[in-house]
Amino acid sequence: MYICTEFLETYIYNLQAMRINIFRTFLLGFFLLISLNGFAIIEDTKETEDKPFDAKEMIMHHVKDAHEFHIIDINNKPVSLPLPIILWTDNGLTTFMSSEFHHDDTGHTIVEKNGGKFVKLHEKIYQLNDGATAVAFDEEHHPKNAVKPLDFSITRNVFMMWVSVIVLLLIFLTAARSYKKSKDGVPTGIAGFVEPLIVFVRDDIARPMIGEKKYKRYMPYLLTIFFFIWINNIFGLIPILNGANLSGNIAFTMTLALFTFIITTLSGNKNYWKHIFWMPGVPVPMKIFLMPIEIIGIFTKPISLMIRLFANITAGHIIILALMSLIFIFKTIALAPVSVAFSLFITVIEIVVTAIQAYIFTILSALYFGMATEEEHH
Amino acid sequence: MTITGIAAIGAGLAAIGAGVGIGKIGGSAMEAMARQPEMHGKIQSSALILAAFVEAVALFGVVVALLQG
Repeated sequence: MYICTEFLETYIYNLQAMRINIFRTFLLGFFLLISLNGFAIIEDTKETEDKPFDAKEMIMHHVKDAHEFHIIDINNKPVSLPLPIILWTDNGLTTFMSSEFHHDDTGHTIVEKNGGKFVKLHEKIYQLNDGATAVAFDEEHHPKNAVKPLDFSITRNVFMMWVSVIVLLLIFLTAARSYKKSKDGVPTGIAGFVEPLIVFVRDDIARPMIGEKKYKRYMPYLLTIFFFIWINNIFGLIPILNGANLSGNIAFTMTLALFTFIITTLSGNKNYWKHIFWMPGVPVPMKIFLMPIEIIGIFTKPISLMIRLFANITAGHIIILALMSLIFIFKTIALAPVSVAFSLFITVIEIVVTAIQAYIFTILSALYFGMATEEEHH
Repeated sequence: MTITGIAAIGAGLAAIGAGVGIGKIGGSAMEAMARQPEMHGKIQSSALILAAFVEAVALFGVVVALLQG
C-alpha cells in the first residue's frame, strides 16, 4: 500500500468526475447488499413446528463466531459450508472438518480423533475427559467432564479475514499496476476508485492531524486500517456470508487498537512523555494530580477505540436482525412490510456507518500519533 | 423488577442521552449553516462525525444492557 501512495503523491486529477463514478459504484453496491439482506435473513429465521422462535438465540447465533458457514435451511435441513477445526491436544495436533459434528451444537455428537473425544457446544469445542462417554452438565449448564483444548480453528471470522485480505491485495495491486502502465499518470479502472480515497486519507486525516512534516511515516498504517476496517464492515453486511461479523468481534478490534497503542507509545517523543508525567505550565500540586490521570489516559484511548468499533457494528447487526424477528415473534405476515421497510432503512444507515466508523478509527489513530509526535512550541 | 427490566430501562436512558446529544448537534449545525451557507459542506461532515461519537456512547449503554438482559 505504501508503494501505491508513492505513486499517487503526484497525480491528483479529475476529482470531480471521479466522485460521480464512486457514487454510482456505491449505489449499485448498496442495492445489491439490500436486496440480498432481506432474502437471506427471512430464510434463516424460518421457524420449526415444534420449537417456538427465540429471537435472542437467533441474533446471538448470527453475531457470534462459528465453525461453519450456515447458508440456508431447506426443509429444516441446514445447508452449510464446513470449515476445518484445528486443535492442539495432549496427543498433539488434531484436525478434522466441522461437518463431522453434523450441525450439532448441543454437545451430543461425539467425534473421536487422535485418541480424543470431541464435542461442539455453543460453537466451542470441548474434549471429553478419559473414560467419559457423554457430556455431563452442572447446574449452570457448563460441561463438567470436559476441557477446552487449544483451538486454532479456521472459523468463519478467520476465513472472512483472509477473504478480505485477498480482496484488498487484488484491488491495490491492480491499482498500482495501472499507475505503472499509464504514461501520463491518469488513473484507470479500479485505480480511479481508490485514488480519491487515498488522497482523502492523506489530505483530510493524516495531514491536519499529524502535521506536514511527519505524516508520511504513518500513511501506510493509516491507509491499511482504513481500508481493512471498511472492507470488513462491508463484508459483515453481506448476508449470504451469514454476516461474518468480523469487525463486531472484540478480539479483532482489540488487535487493531493494540497496534495503534504500540505505535503511539513507541513514537512518543520527549514532549509527549513530559505532558504525561510532569505537565508543563501548571503548579506543582496540579502536576502531581494530573500524572495518574494522564497515565490512565494512555490506556483508555485504545480501549475506547476498541469498544467504539465493536459496539457500533454489533449493535447495527442486532438492530437489523431484531426488526426482522418481529415478523416471527408476532407470527403475522401483515407486519412484514413494516419490518422490511424499517430494516431497509437501518441497513442504509449501517452502510453509511461502515464508512464513518472506519474514518473515525483512522482519524483518532492519526490524532493520537499527532499528539505523540508534537513538537514543543513556546 | 427483574434484571432484564432494569437492563431495558438502562437502554432507554442511554437512548435519551444520545437523543439530547444528537439533537443539540443537529440544531447547532442547522443554525451554523443558516448563518454561513458557504460552509455548508464542512459543517455537515463534522456534524455527522460528532453524531457518530455521541451515538457510540449510547451504544456502549445498549451493549451493557444487552449483556445483562
